[in-house]
Amino acid sequence: MDWEATRISLALAAATCAVLLPFGIWLGRRLATTDSRSKPFIEAALMLPLLLPPTVIGFYLLVAFGGASPLGQWLDRMVGLRLVFTFEGLLAASVLVNLPFMVQPVQRAFAAIPDSLREAAWVSGLSPWQTLWKVELPLAWPGILGGLALTFAHTLGEFGVVLMVGGSIAGETKTLSIAIYDRVQAFDNAGANVMSLVLVAFTLVALWVVFATGERGKRHLRER
Amino acid sequence: MAALSVRLRQAAPIPLDAAFECAPGELLALVGPSGSGKTTLLRVIAGLARCAQAQVAVGAEPWVDTQRGLVLAPQQRRVGLVFQSYALFPHLSALHNVALASGRADATGHARELLARVRLDGLAERRPAQLSGGQQQRVALARALAREPQVLLLDEPFSAVDLATRQSLYAELAELRRSLAIPIVLVTHDLHEAQRLADRLAVLERGTVVASGPLDEVLARPDVAHLVPGVDAGALLHCQVREHDARYGLTLLQLAGGGMLRVPQVDLPAGTAVRVRIPARDVALALSPPGDVSIVNRLPGELVALQPLDATHIEAQVQVGPGVRLRARVTREASDRLALVLGLPVWCLVKSVALDRATLLMTVEEVSSSCAPPSVPPPATGSARGAGQAAPPR
Repeated sequence: MDWEATRISLALAAATCAVLLPFGIWLGRRLATTDSRSKPFIEAALMLPLLLPPTVIGFYLLVAFGGASPLGQWLDRMVGLRLVFTFEGLLAASVLVNLPFMVQPVQRAFAAIPDSLREAAWVSGLSPWQTLWKVELPLAWPGILGGLALTFAHTLGEFGVVLMVGGSIAGETKTLSIAIYDRVQAFDNAGANVMSLVLVAFTLVALWVVFATGERGKRHLRER
Repeated sequence: MAALSVRLRQAAPIPLDAAFECAPGELLALVGPSGSGKTTLLRVIAGLARCAQAQVAVGAEPWVDTQRGLVLAPQQRRVGLVFQSYALFPHLSALHNVALASGRADATGHARELLARVRLDGLAERRPAQLSGGQQQRVALARALAREPQVLLLDEPFSAVDLATRQSLYAELAELRRSLAIPIVLVTHDLHEAQRLADRLAVLERGTVVASGPLDEVLARPDVAHLVPGVDAGALLHCQVREHDARYGLTLLQLAGGGMLRVPQVDLPAGTAVRVRIPARDVALALSPPGDVSIVNRLPGELVALQPLDATHIEAQVQVGPGVRLRARVTREASDRLALVLGLPVWCLVKSVALDRATLLMTVEEVSSSCAPPSVPPPATGSARGAGQAAPPR
């Protein structure tokens, strides 16, 4: 059992969730309430990570983050941040890859809130922030929690992008799914099995959270 | 407390052309078929919709003045709005729905008071889904009042409840009204509702106010009838219950301008003020007092107006007392046969069956306050109650 890889996987999943929570709420809510013409394009771009091979995403991220790219050079110069073969780079890749998993459920949750509820809040004197905090977030919460659970589970299971962007540096970028691959390469099926079971358990719990909160959300909307 | 004045005009996306006022304590009904822009008007007043050229003010305080580029956000207007679907917050109890809108330090206490006022004291902890339609409407009303609004707006507030509940909600709104000294605007497509509750009426057609003024005056206009579905032109008369004739099961009503009407007995004490509507189609004309007909209600008067309605019909107006006019719909053929001309003395024959309980449109508040002496009913022409004037205290 590779505890270090488990720690990195959990840290990566938690950090991805932490970054995507505010951003996902912002973007999901924007997409749910806007009727801008660019909306279909943004939605299509958000779905890309679901359909492209992880190697393609990983390759372009490598190119974009690398020392030869303007972005890579700029980040290095301004904040001394290197994104290739580092945990930070892994996190950046993970955030991008997980966008659809977070934004989609959040967007659907906000879209399910009738406009009249927002308007009722405004007419009741609630500012846009108070409306978000006291009316929209409590109603969208099941969707947000669902997005977080999906993001967490998907981050634990991500393999291709992590391998491309992070390499397999023990203690830095070697996650559980890569550790499993390593074990199988080394004919250590027993070790691979234990870690795989851990991954199955985590993912199952996360998905259970998704469906349980989904049920609660449906009840809320039925109650209307 | 200040009057609400509204002046709106725009060509697109929804054409609007409306100007009306509503005094404190007065209830203005915006009536018109669906799609006529009633709700849009209400939303502009609340700040939820924009209008190209608009002036909305409460007293001296402008809410919208597009000429000066002033548009207050809904949060900056002290306005109470009851949505058609109530739009209660589904995740909050009735109490918290109301408390959220209260600006007071003791929001919960204030909310409890308001829920008691709409008779929901026992149900404060329930969520909207656990309340009936009528109860939800009352929570919505309490929430609208929680901000201590300067104007109360009601968007078809009775459309989502059944008929029986509606009757009791009418009574409650009428009672609540007496304690509210603010302008109230009610949007409805149901003219009967407007008749029961409103002091003033504005009739909308495709975004344009085509008739507005005191209730009696607007209802008396023959051109209004075709605008509001389900309503015939007719006269709205102010009466007082004079006495009951138990032997024949009749009640005698004293008309405000003189004259008497006999209607099927109603269980209201003598002296109660009621409004009675007599549809034009239920009034026949005769040149002499008819002796041998079964109709008991006959009022002498003078023909004061004749207006063609369509190819077949003419509407005649008959002055039966000072400020009291009846309207009669007669055929052109009858009009020619009787040689109807202005100034002719005629008899109006009112089918007494037309004055059953359904047409006895007593306003609930007048009935419920019958212990107090009823106010002097305004003349049927309504000219004494100008735009900015307050309704008489009840």
